[in-house]
Formats: sequence, structure tokens, C-alpha cells
Amino acid sequence: MRLILAATLLAGVSLGALPALSQPKDSVTLCMTLEPPILDPTQGAAQAIKEVTYGNIFEGLVALDRTGKIVPKLAESWSVSADALTYTFKLRAGVKYHDGAELTSADVKFSFDRAVAPDSKNATKKVFAPIASIETPDPLTVKITLKEVSANFLFGLSYGDASILSPGSAKDASTKPVGTGAYKYVDWSRGNRLQFTRNDGWWGPKPAIKDVIYRFISDPQAQLAAIQAGDCDALTNFGASESIEVLKKDPKLKVAVGNTEGETILAMNNAKAPFSDLRVRKAIAHAIDRKTVIDGAMNGAATPIGSHFSPNHPAYVDLTGAVPYDPAKAKALLKEAGFPNGFSTTLKLPPPSYARRSGEIVAAMLGEVGIKVSIEPIEFPQWLERVYKNKDYDLSIIAHTEPLDIEIYSRPDYYFQYKSEAFAKLNRQAETTADDAARYKIYGEAQKMLVDDQVNVFLFMLPKTTVTRANLVGMWENWPLPVTPATDLIWK
Amino acid sequence: MLGFALRRFLGLLATLAATAVVVFVVLEILPGDPAAVMMGVNATPETVAAVRAEYGLDQPAALRFVHWIAGLMTGDLGNSYTYKVPISGLIAERGQVTLPLALLAVTLASSIGIPLGMLAAARANTRTDSAVMVLSQIGLAVPNFWFGILLVLTFAVTLGWFPSGGFPGWSSGLWVGLRSLLLPAVALALPQAAIIARLTRSAVLEALQEDFVRTARAKGLTWRQTMTGHVFRNAMTPVVTILGLQFSVLVAGAIVIENVFSLPGLGRLMFQSISQHDIIVVKDLVVLFAGLVVVMNFLVDLAYGWIDPRLRKG
Repeated sequence: MRLILAATLLAGVSLGALPALSQPKDSVTLCMTLEPPILDPTQGAAQAIKEVTYGNIFEGLVALDRTGKIVPKLAESWSVSADALTYTFKLRAGVKYHDGAELTSADVKFSFDRAVAPDSKNATKKVFAPIASIETPDPLTVKITLKEVSANFLFGLSYGDASILSPGSAKDASTKPVGTGAYKYVDWSRGNRLQFTRNDGWWGPKPAIKDVIYRFISDPQAQLAAIQAGDCDALTNFGASESIEVLKKDPKLKVAVGNTEGETILAMNNAKAPFSDLRVRKAIAHAIDRKTVIDGAMNGAATPIGSHFSPNHPAYVDLTGAVPYDPAKAKALLKEAGFPNGFSTTLKLPPPSYARRSGEIVAAMLGEVGIKVSIEPIEFPQWLERVYKNKDYDLSIIAHTEPLDIEIYSRPDYYFQYKSEAFAKLNRQAETTADDAARYKIYGEAQKMLVDDQVNVFLFMLPKTTVTRANLVGMWENWPLPVTPATDLIWK
Repeated sequence: MLGFALRRFLGLLATLAATAVVVFVVLEILPGDPAAVMMGVNATPETVAAVRAEYGLDQPAALRFVHWIAGLMTGDLGNSYTYKVPISGLIAERGQVTLPLALLAVTLASSIGIPLGMLAAARANTRTDSAVMVLSQIGLAVPNFWFGILLVLTFAVTLGWFPSGGFPGWSSGLWVGLRSLLLPAVALALPQAAIIARLTRSAVLEALQEDFVRTARAKGLTWRQTMTGHVFRNAMTPVVTILGLQFSVLVAGAIVIENVFSLPGLGRLMFQSISQHDIIVVKDLVVLFAGLVVVMNFLVDLAYGWIDPRLRKG
């Protein structure tokens, strides 16, 4: 015992009092699976960065509300010219950063210039690619001129990657984030917890929650224990779908299964034989029953999709019946393609449980039509290197979590190696059509083309399972963007 | 004694140098680009290249190795690719969890295992002996992560006596900190206590067969005096060896247990760094762990000398 005491004293310890338990609750402990590596949403791809900082510490000109609608944020209003090439944003007056600096139009120009710079580390640089020039006629007006019509430009500005930072604090924002949001950074014990507190100078209505604590628990069983023991007030995205029923029976807790923008696909290497043969790809699609995958891998809690498009989007076309489950047809197609006895292939699976579990079921179903699948579980860095970058794979399962990311099919060097000029043309047409109805129609055609060419097998939308204390309300149950604004939370 | 210590120390340095080379080469061969992991699937190739340049990942491997070793020599462990902060700070912060956890586990394991082993030996071939042996068999058979989950379910979820995991930091008080380390320490200590109990039992039984025990008894010492004065000390040599060797098992166990209890310790840092491909942190931690194990073995060697004066002359 002397040893322990000595060690802990060496570590710089003081005896402190236990925190008082009876104060009225205005703090919330949100538990997440992954920890953000840094706290600047404009400098990295990790979803966790945006989940904690965006909407809390940082804000953009516009944002998405919980239904996915674009709403004003730092821009009070905006107008678009008749040719859809010029966007004029009116900034909110009197907005201050946490360090006291005032928000001006120059900050917007600075932030977007920083995003497109040659050495920029912005993970979605493409959002800013259409910008031709940014003018700042007065401190509260920003005029952005585009090179060509970009129908999704405003939508892109709602991403965390388009957050507005001030030139004075942007450099250190990865470790000392300074934004305009309702919460400001207090402390971060890496690997453990991150703490924000209310910014009383925020421009919006005063939020009910004062202190926000994020805790990072990677193991789903540990998450389960933490919410049951009361150590967490909410799990923003619970990983173990098989435990949902247990949690639902607990009267102290509330469980909601919602949607994300994550299209989960069985990716196929379209440039590699035998997957270069459309009949083989069709056969694989016919061999897979989405319902069995969703029931087995996701406990039945996921929305099936027939193409690479989110059912949350108004342009969605339901194509889940286009290539029905039909093992006999799959076998016939394989025979036609010259594989009467099937063939052997590998399925590379990244670590998330949705991929590993779906992979087992997909492999079994492909086995029934004669395709012998050997599963190869790999770590995410290796997935990025081997599958994504070097295209050294046959089949893989992954969720594409960016909203409106059908454009990836127009990139010929993308990892599924789908080289279709017709699709690229269609996608460009959609992106440059300002009229909503016309654009949605083109997106509908694009969705159908991906099914006709059977680029991949489209499985389901990745669900988001939110578990909260029964008296905590306001959590986002769907994720049009992966954010958890603490401004919306209230204890009842 | 001094020459003995010096020879040991040189061996220690050689082991560390070999570890550094091996870990560098292995991580070099392993596929995966830290910059690609950081920037994700939507980043343009230029963005990834910009990140690679920032971290010096575009330099030749030999040069990076020299930089790394030179850094280690001067105490500069580099910056984490993931967190973008100095690694020395991360290790110092995480060590405040793992070292007390390891010490607590070793203390628990030996304060349970040694008395139980002695008890079993003293009552050899009785019911007490069998009971201790059955218990230790269970202790060895139960995987510690599973035992950890059981502890959480019982003491955190059902009884609410301890937190289910996480670490509030020593700044919230000694008791608050110890409270969150106690369950993981018990989980870590259980298999070790079992090993130590079995080993102590056989070592004591062996020592009891020695001539000096009969001599001691013959010259009139009581049974208790013989046990504490002669048997115990002689039986401790193998136990100390195992305690030292168990240290590396403890480090490996900490990686698992820290994940079960989501403790921000060195083990979890290692786990995270591997999955994030934060290879510079992985390299530093491997060398640190190797160093700790080597130092522990060194201390064990010195302890032999203290326990058994005959070895000092050797």
C-alpha cells in the first residue's frame, strides 16, 4: 500500500472532496465510440471531430437542421443571383469569437481561402472548388462568385469543413479551438474526456445545458455498462445492436433508431475479372437478400437501399425491388458468364461491426450460388492502403457516410473502378442544374444507371442508435450530418 | 556487484537498440499511410501529399530512422500524427493511469497470492490446500477481460459502488482516482494472484524438504520461526522471478483491461495508435514498454542478490 501511495503522490495528487450530488442538473455527459483526433473541423476527415465541435464550438454560414433543411447560422440571410452564379451572404451583426474577436466578412474569405490553398488539409476541398472569387464589400457582406452553376454549393457550406474561423486563432484550433458557437472549449484529457462550457456571449438563445462532457468508450459492452450504471447520460451512436432490446426494457432509458447518410455497400472491383463482367455483378446482386443481411447483421434496424442514394433526400427513387433476391437467376447468370460451378474470391472487411457482420452473411449467401468467398478482416489503415488506394481487392463492405456522395461514381480512378462517361456526364448535369425539380429528375436517372450497370450491391443505410436517459430530451435521432448540438438538449 | 550491474546494464542497452530497429522495420513494411488515415476517403491526393510533407513522411526511411533515434536520445519523442501534440506529454498523462494500475495489481496479486500459497503449503494435502488450489485453477482459467466485465456488471451496474469505467483524473482526489482503478486492478491481479499462489506453494514445499529446515527444527526453533526465518526467504527467489516476468504480462493485460474499463492509460494509447496508424506513437510506446520490461528484469536480477547473498559474488 505504501508503494501505491508513493506512486500516486509522485504523480502529483491532492486529496479532494467528492463532488456534491444534489445540485440541479445542468450538465450532460455524452458518450461516443470514437475520439476526435483534433478539434478543428476544417483540418481532418474524422467524423468525431465534427460530431463534437460543429454546432457547438464552430459554426458555418449555414447549417442543416435536424430534418436536413438548410437554415441560417452566421449568415442571417442570403440571396442568389438569377444566373445562380453569385451568392451574397449577410452576416449576423455583433457575433464574437470566444477570444473576443468580432466576426467579419474577412474571416469568411480567410476561412474559404485557407480551405482551397495548395497546402490545405481540408478533407472536403471539393465543396470550395466551384468558387471563382470572394469579395467583402463591407464587414457584414460576403459575395461569392462561382465559376459555374453548382447546385449543391450551399449544401456543401453546411458541412463542418466549411466552419468559419478567425485568422487570429485558426492556426492553433486543432488543440485550442476558438469559434463563435454556443459552447467554448475548457479541457481535454486525451483518450478520456473532453469538456466544453456554455458561452454566455453567444448570439442565440441561452442553452439549458451549461457543461458538456464527452467521454470516449470504444468497447460496445463498456458503453452498455456505462449507460446502465448512469456514468453516461447518452450514447450518441450505440454500437451493439443486439443489446438494443435489453436497453429498451429499462424504464430509465430511451432508445431511438434513426438514419444517417451512410450508404452501406458491397463494393466490387469493376476493373478486375470476373467482376468486370456485368452478368457476374448482376448474379451477385441477385444472390443477396437485403432483409437477411439487415436482420442478421443489424438486428433488423436498418433501411434497405437499391442504389447509392439516401432515402432522406427528396430525389430518392426506391430501387430496392429492381434486382430482387433470386438465387436461381444468379446461378443462371453465372453459368452464362462461364462460371457454371461458381468461382473463388475474397471479401476484405474493415473493423466496424456492421461490415464484419454483414460480410459473414453475404459470404454465406454467395456460397449458396457457388461463389466461394474467403473473408479477410483488415484494419482500417490497411483498408485505405490496399482497397481504397491500390484497388487490390475483389469485394469489400463499407459505408459511405458523406451526404449526397453519388458523385464518387463519376471518378474513374475511384476504388470500385467504374469508368462510365455517361454517368459522369449525368452527374455533372445534376450538379450544374439549379432548378430543384429538374435536378432531382436527373439524380433519379443517375440512381437507375448505377443499378443498370450494377456497379456495387447496395445494401442498407447505416442506422444511428441513440440511447439517452429518459428525462433528457432534444438529442438528434437522425443524422443528416453527424452532429450532436448541445444547444438542443434539455433535462425534463 | 558493480561489475554484475554494469554487464546487465550494457545488455539492457543492446536489447533496447535491437527493439528499436525491429519495430521501425516492421512498421515500415506494414501497409497503411498515416496521412491517408487522417484525411479519409474524400480527400484529394494533393491534400494527402500536403499532410505527408508536414510530417516528413515523404523522406527516405533511413533518414526518418536517424531522426527518430536522435530524438529519442535527446528526449524528444516527436509529435503524434493523430493528436498533433508532443508524445512525451501523452505518455506522461497516460502513465499516471497505467503505473498506479500496474502497482495496484502487483500489490493485490502478491498480497493475495503469497499468503494463500504459504497457507496451502503449510497445510499441504488437506482440504484447505485443495480449496486454494481449486481457486487458483479458476483464477488461471478465467480470462481477465471477461472477469472485468463481470466485475462491472456486479459492482457498477447492479450495486453502483464503483464507476463502470473511465478515469476522472487525480485532480478530482486520491480516493476518486483509486476508486476507478480498483475494479480493473482486481481483474488484472486475479490470474497473477493464482500463479503466485501456486508457485509459492511449490517453492515453500520444496524448501521444507531441505536439510537446513531439519537442522533448524533440531536446534529448537519453533515451526513458525523456521517458516519465517528460513523457509520463506529461500522460497522467495522463484516468486520474485515470476513477479518480474509477470510485469510484461501485466503490460499486455493492461491493453485489454484498459479497453474494457475505457481507462486512458498507456495500453489504450497503444491500441488507439495502432488502429489510427499513428506509427510514431506505436514506435515510441514499444520502445518504452521494452525499456520497462528490461528495467524490471534488471531489478529482479538485483533483487536476487539481495535475497540470496551467494549470487552477489557470482
